[in-house]
Amino acid sequence: MAESILEVEGITLRFGGVTAIHNVSFQVNEGELYSIIGPNGAGKTSIFNTISQVYRPQEGEIRWRGNSIMGEMPDVVANLGIARTFQNIELFPQMTVVENLLLGRHIRMKNNWLSGMLWTPKARREEMENRERVEDIIDFLEIPEWRNHPVALLPYGIQKLVELGRALAMEPELLLLDEPVAGMNLEETEDMARFILDIRRELGIAMIMVEHDMGLVMDIADRIMVLDFGEKIAEGTPEEVQRNPDVIAAYLGSGDLHIGEA
Amino acid sequence: MAFNRPMLRTSYQEDTAIFPTYFQKGAASLFFVVLILLGLGAPIVSSIPSFFLGSTWINPITNMLPLAIAALGINILVGVTGQVSLGHAFFMGVGAYTAVALGGNGDEWQACVPFHQELGLLEQEGQCGLGLPIWIWLPFSGIGAALAGIIVAPAAVKVRGLYLAIVTVGLVFIGLHLGRMLPSIAGDFESGRKWPKLDFRLWKEETPLVSFTEDGKWFGLIHLTEEQKQYFLLIMILGAFMLFAKNLVRSRTGRALQAIRDRDIAAEVMGVPEFNYKRLGFAISSFYAGIGGALWASYNGRMAPVNWSLFLSVDFIAILLIGGAGTVAGTILGTIFVELTPEVVKTFTEWLGEQTASNGPVAWLANILLTEGSGDFGPISTGTVALGWPMSVFYWNLVIYGVLIIAFLIFEPMGLYGIWVKVRNYWKRWPFSY
Repeated sequence: MAESILEVEGITLRFGGVTAIHNVSFQVNEGELYSIIGPNGAGKTSIFNTISQVYRPQEGEIRWRGNSIMGEMPDVVANLGIARTFQNIELFPQMTVVENLLLGRHIRMKNNWLSGMLWTPKARREEMENRERVEDIIDFLEIPEWRNHPVALLPYGIQKLVELGRALAMEPELLLLDEPVAGMNLEETEDMARFILDIRRELGIAMIMVEHDMGLVMDIADRIMVLDFGEKIAEGTPEEVQRNPDVIAAYLGSGDLHIGEA
Repeated sequence: MAFNRPMLRTSYQEDTAIFPTYFQKGAASLFFVVLILLGLGAPIVSSIPSFFLGSTWINPITNMLPLAIAALGINILVGVTGQVSLGHAFFMGVGAYTAVALGGNGDEWQACVPFHQELGLLEQEGQCGLGLPIWIWLPFSGIGAALAGIIVAPAAVKVRGLYLAIVTVGLVFIGLHLGRMLPSIAGDFESGRKWPKLDFRLWKEETPLVSFTEDGKWFGLIHLTEEQKQYFLLIMILGAFMLFAKNLVRSRTGRALQAIRDRDIAAEVMGVPEFNYKRLGFAISSFYAGIGGALWASYNGRMAPVNWSLFLSVDFIAILLIGGAGTVAGTILGTIFVELTPEVVKTFTEWLGEQTASNGPVAWLANILLTEGSGDFGPISTGTVALGWPMSVFYWNLVIYGVLIIAFLIFEPMGLYGIWVKVRNYWKRWPFSY
């Protein structure tokens, strides 16, 4: 068994009287593609928000490589090597594709306001080097023709790719993908699946994926956690989860479920 | 870069260049030459500004230059970082009063008169000022304002958008109150005090090393008037600050500021500490404001606390809206437009007045528009202050101003810069429409 990099232990998140996540524990291993599924409102995105510390869970513990990240600011978490994409695209709409990806390089760059304003040779060299890294990502995602467009003008599918690229630009060790193929057609979904598999194979980045497309999840995930009403009801390989009666009940109420056969 | 294919870039360096094409490089150089010729008063070039602004055109233009520096600052805060601030006049004031405290003539600090002892018109004596040279007071005016910005910044993290605008309005009134409370620094509330001149001294010697406030030969080469020297000095400083602003936007820090403008939470998740960068945005913006304020006050020679009022702050918001927020070129265009339009209107009415007096070819137009004395129904009053109808030139300026802002908001939200981009794209694509 590979070494675990992220450990979530018994986290509970409440908004007033509403318990969004209740006592959820799981761990993600090095290089693993871990998937979280569950009906709408089950708390999937809330788990992402607690990992990146946008929300602060009231109870529990989140450890990154053995060290607690509870109470850190989101930018500190990003600096540890945890990158994410968002369910509703959160790109910087007025910036171009290149600028968005370069912003992803922010934590890997050093030039500050002074060297930037003076455009010193060192700052310039750093900008150019990072531009090269960004161009590699643009090539990888096959979006060179959109390079200098403000992202607000791009089609939805391309925006999803740019957001993936921005997260990749951070050179993360763990990538949180929040519904990477939501609202995409079959062809775009297949492209995205291929990119996700390439990221895993070539870069070896561990990923947590929240997704409603069961076909995709069952095809590519190593392990799956199922949430319902903020509680973990099952965890295991795709086959195990498909056979779990609690999962079937949560999704359909009762009866047979044929997940992943579509 | 291939000469006949200006859009073909062969290095990332070229892609981030300020003027990426030969055409832009050429246009920028030509513009630079025109600015120098203007300053030297070359006959054909300077006929254009003198047509719009009258024979003393260099004064309104030079007066505009420090304001352009301050406008670059508000652009960094509002246009780039996305923090709407109406407190810019306050930061300009902080810079200006730092300048006058360090560089102004006074009887050193111990001679400062407490405000309760003398509330009358304070002139020269009894005012604070260390009489230090420009190379000290100018940088410190920027630094002083930047510190004020850093102090205010925590409020910006708590409140957003319109709420922040209202909070920063409060700053202007605090500034006005301080101006009233501290006559030993600010001088009389209505008439103000004198500012250090734009002269370069090594220390406190009598004759300056380089004088910008006396006619004479510069470096034994060219004979320049006082106005021309100040024009050149300020245009050089403005040029440097434009370059810094442009560099900021194309480097790491500028991108982080823009990310906070567009989506602050996403920026934080990408590793941009929101608070630090908002504070930095305030600091840099206030630094520009401080330098601009100090130079503006110094150029005008005398400033009163009432000059740093909310109207000045609103001017800067107008500059951004009319010019196009977020771009350096747009900010400069906006400043030119907002600061020179009143002067153009004034020149126009003066010219109309001359037409009536000399019975010129358009005297009929002047008769329709101008009102002299009573019994006339023209819309423009030539009297200095006229409330109600007919309105004076001053009030007409305000009306034109307001109408222009509304028009830009409705028809061209990207401002003058947006119009320029449309024209440029039209010619690029010609003869195709898209």
